[in-house]
This record gives sequence, structure tokens and C-alpha cells, in this order.
Amino acid sequence: MTDHSPGGGVLAIDGLRREFGAFVALRKLDLRVSAGEFVALLGPSGCGKTTALNLVAGLIEPTAGTITLDGHRIERLPSEKRGIGMVFQNYALFPHMSVADNLGFGLRMRRRPKHERVERVSRALALVRLTEHAHKYPGQLSGGQQQRVAIARAVVVEPRLVLMDEPLSNLDAKLRLDMRTEIRLLHQQLGLTTIYVTHDQTEALSLADRLVVLKDGAVQQIGTPSDVYEQPANAFVAAFMGYRNVLEGDLRAGDLHTGSLALRTRPGTTGKSGRAVALIRPDDLRLLPDDAAPAPNAIPVRVRVCEYLGREFAIEAVGPGEQVLHGRAARPLTPGERAVASVDPERVLVFPATEGAAVSAPELELVAQGEQG
Amino acid sequence: MTLTGASRAWARRHGLTPMLWLVAPGVVFMLVFFVYPLCYGVGLSFQGEGGPLSAYADFFTNGFVNNGRSRESILVTLRLAFAASLINVGLALPLAYRMRGAVRAKRALIAVVLVPMTLGTVFVAAAMNEFLGRAGWLNRVLLAAGVIDQPLQLVGNFTGVLLSLVFTGLPFAFLLMVGYASGIDPTLEQAAAVLGASPARRFLHIALPLLLPGLTITFCLAFILAFGVFPSATLVGNDAGPTRVLSKIAYTEYSYGHYSTASAAAVIMAVVQLAVLGLVLAARGLLYKGPSTGGKG
Repeated sequence: MTDHSPGGGVLAIDGLRREFGAFVALRKLDLRVSAGEFVALLGPSGCGKTTALNLVAGLIEPTAGTITLDGHRIERLPSEKRGIGMVFQNYALFPHMSVADNLGFGLRMRRRPKHERVERVSRALALVRLTEHAHKYPGQLSGGQQQRVAIARAVVVEPRLVLMDEPLSNLDAKLRLDMRTEIRLLHQQLGLTTIYVTHDQTEALSLADRLVVLKDGAVQQIGTPSDVYEQPANAFVAAFMGYRNVLEGDLRAGDLHTGSLALRTRPGTTGKSGRAVALIRPDDLRLLPDDAAPAPNAIPVRVRVCEYLGREFAIEAVGPGEQVLHGRAARPLTPGERAVASVDPERVLVFPATEGAAVSAPELELVAQGEQG
Repeated sequence: MTLTGASRAWARRHGLTPMLWLVAPGVVFMLVFFVYPLCYGVGLSFQGEGGPLSAYADFFTNGFVNNGRSRESILVTLRLAFAASLINVGLALPLAYRMRGAVRAKRALIAVVLVPMTLGTVFVAAAMNEFLGRAGWLNRVLLAAGVIDQPLQLVGNFTGVLLSLVFTGLPFAFLLMVGYASGIDPTLEQAAAVLGASPARRFLHIALPLLLPGLTITFCLAFILAFGVFPSATLVGNDAGPTRVLSKIAYTEYSYGHYSTASAAAVIMAVVQLAVLGLVLAARGLLYKGPSTGGKG
């Protein structure tokens, strides 16, 4: 589709801020997106990610800050002058127009000659494999097909920037996986600069070149998927990225003491001390039978729930001090059974539990569990 | 109830349950107060003194005793009703479109707009005579300010009736249109904007096509309201001449005791009205009438 310039535009966002009355939806967003890059804005609902997207689309005006696309300031331009493509959460297909007319709308608004419109629309239809549905109306299509029309309509105008607002949230689980792959493939083919908003960390991790994690309108971390997944910047990001076990305690000489158990933590935290939270991914917490050989960081637990995952078993267990732990076991364990939870100290992330800035352990558990779905 | 078990089951399968008795009062009401009078009236219209069609012949030859200009009254009524409903729909459309989203104090605004609807036609006519009459406030102010040197003739003619119909009919049209306009998914226009459509083209290509079916329904209802106009045609119009509407002809015939010609006038009124509505609704059949949202909600 991009026959003139390979890749999309270059986007620069500086000090972007938006208030709604006394409520600050977005505190300060600074972001550089290079040509052809795929950036995901990730966070729980109310974190400001959709506000950021709507600001870039021109659907709302910023309170402060600048947005620059290919060197041109666009933050005060009306949407129709920005040359952006957008995929809406509910698709927003024009119900009174055929699929082909939906796709041709942007080209018509750009006053492209008829033959060019026809040709580009048919190429876009082929790209999303909807050629035989060109004359249907959106209401006659399935959810997945509507989604593909929405994407094709956004890219057919060859925008310098594509925005996607939770495009997969209305699809069922199976279709969501298929469309995810399709979006990634389309991005590889077209190389359009893309900003993608989602609350689903697996979606963000699998699609994006870079993630921006937001919370309460403030940026928590910007980095590649592996950065964010392996080295979360703070306890919130860690919890959001699936570190589901949250233990709060006092850090002394590299050990976290919760009162009922002591946990050896990642080397490098040895120098620090004070109130802290430790976070462990369920995948890193192995549950072993009670009589297994001694293991690092062994915590005696009682199994509460055992779920079959296919390759292994997800275990919910209760440790000392009624601490709930989520782990994995290679063999099924029976509820009520005694077992040992073990974790490599390397896999225990520790963050200071400072007042105010960080979130409390129960809150983190909510974040971690909420986003596990 | 002498139904056997089998016939009882049959009745139930076909939806004939005791629940059906709930519609009885409505059916009785319709029969007694609508169907019977309608048939009776139509029957009356064919019992003219000079044969079955004489009442209709008199109507079209302006042959009503003491009650002329009956043929012209069809055009007079059509002109008034068309003008009033077009103006009402035309004004209601931009207002409703503007109010479609979250507008500050929307409820208060709608309440204010609705007040004229609650005032009776007679009340409005009295107010109009007071305000818009030759010696009314408006003319006095304009004369004193030197804007005009002759009082404006705003009541006692076609303009007067039209103003009265707009005043009482506009809130009704507006209320209907607000419902239709609010039903349009706001992200559709956002999508159109991002795709490069200016506000005018968003209205033209997105909002208007989706509003048209509702617009025609609103037009039909506004037309029906305006077509039966009677009090304002007499009070702020001139029912001897330019605003001699069909209902006035029928009323006058009744008041002279000419029941067959009065019924004929009423039947003609109904036929003309149905013809217009039929045409408008047939045209509506050519429009897009599907959902006004853009995919999964």
C-alpha cells in the first residue's frame, strides 16, 4: 500500500497533558515513535491510554504539550487535517455504506479520482481477504470481518500514523488470537507507524516493538517487551506484567522477612534495606511434593486449588501466615496436600514499598489478578 | 369453557391463552369509538339528497349551501400543512443534531423547548393576537423604532396560522428528532473526521443519511398534526378566505345539519392525508433503514 515512502511517519510527543475539570487524565507523556515502529500504550482502565490516543487523533484537545508528526505540529489541528488512520474499539463502520464505500470514504474525502479509489480499495480488500464481501453492508458481516474492514479502512488512505483503540476487545478468544497475528502481519507488510492501545499485556507484548505502561495518567515505564517483562521498573509494572505473587516485608541483607517466612531475593538487592515488596511470577514458583529434595527458597504450603493447564498444573496454595501463593507444578497435587513452593532467588523481584509512590501489596495483587483475566 | 384437552392444547400452541383477554378493552374501545364512527361517517357521505355521490359532487363544484370554496380548501390545507411541517422538520433537524451529544443543561433546554407544546392552540392564538397583531407589542416597537412605517400583517392570514403551527408543532418535531439524533453512534462521526471529513461533510455523508428515515417519520407526524388544524385557522387566520381549511368546511356543514356533505368533506380530508403519507412513506422505503451504530457496541 505504501508505494511512495516506505514506512510511516515519525511521531514526537512532548509534555502531553489533559485535564477534565479537576481530574488529570494524562499527566505528562513524552514519547518518540520512529518511522514504522509499533508502540503499545498499556495500562488498566482509567490509566490515560485512550485519552492519549484521542489526543493524537484530535478527538480531544490537549491541556498542554505538543504532538509533532513528520516535523509538523498537529496538536491543535482538527482530526480531518491530521492524515491519521484510526481503528475504533467498536469499529465505527458506516452502517449505511457498503464495505467498499466504507473503505473508499477516506479517499473520497481526499478527493482522489474515481479510478484511483477503485484500485486502492480493491487492493485493500484483497489485503484483508474481503474481496467477495465488497458489496455487503457492515451489518451482514461477522465480528472478525467487521474488524478487518475497520483496519482496511484505516490503512487504505496510506496514513502517516495508524491508531488502534483496543481493536480486539470485542472479539472472542479464538478470533482475538487470529486477528492479533493478522495485525502483526499487516504491520510487517505495510510498515506503518502504529500506536496501539490495550489493557491486555499479552496482546501488547506480542504485538509491539515498544511498550508504554501507564497508571493514573502517569508513565510507569517505556521499553521493549522484554525490558518491561524481565525488568519491570516498579512494583506496579511487575504486577501488571503477571508477577502475581506479592509479598510484603522487611528487606535485610538480601532477604525479605514477611514475619512468617524469609525469602532470598535477586542478588544486587543485598545493599538495600527497609520496607519492600517482593514479586514472583507464577511460572517461576515451582511446587514440589513435600518429600522432594531440598530446594532454594523452600516455602512449606498447603495446596488449595489445582488446575490443569495442558503442559503443567496451576496451583493455588496457602503458605505461612495465610499467604496465598500461585505456582506451577509438573504433576497434579491434591487439594489439602502439603507441598513445598520453591523459587530461584534470581526470579524474586524486589521493590521498595515507599509511602505514596508505590502501591500496597493487596492493591498489587488486585492489579496482578485483574489483568490475568 | 367446554374446550377438550386437545383443543385447549391447540389453542395454547397458537397463542390463544387467557392472557389474550387483556386486549379486549382496547379492541372494544377501537370498535365503538373509531371503527363504527368511521364506517358510519363514510356511509353518511354517500347519502346525499341528490344520490349517492351528490355530496362529493357538491364538494367539488363548491355547491355547499352557505359554505363555499370547498374545492380550494384542499389546496389551502395542503399548502398550510406542507409549509408548517417542512419548516418544523427543517428547524428541528439542526437543533436536534446540535443537541445529539452531551450538551450542558440538555434537560433544562429540552424542558424549555417543550413548553409551547403544553400550551393549547387557543392559548397560543390569544397570545399571538396580543403580541403580533396590528396593534400588538411587536408592531408598536418596530414602528416606534422606525424600522417599519406600516404595521406588519402577521395575524388574520396565512402567516398567522403558519406561525401558530410552527410554534406548537416545532417542539413536537424537535422531541422526535432528538431521539433519532441521539441514536446515532457518536464514534461514526469521529471516524469520519479522522478519515478527513470536514464537519459539513460529516453531516452530509454520515449524520443526514442515518437521520433521513427518522426525518420522514417526523415529517409525517408533523404533517398529520398540521393537516387537522382548525382552531388556529379560525383564531389567527382568516377562515373565510386564505386559511379556509378542510376541517373548517366540514365543521360548517355539520353546524348547518348537513351531515352527508360534512361527512364527504371529512372523507376527502382523510383521503388527501393518506395519499400524502403514502407517497412520503413509499419514498422512505428507498432509504437506508438499518442500525445507526458502527459495529459491536
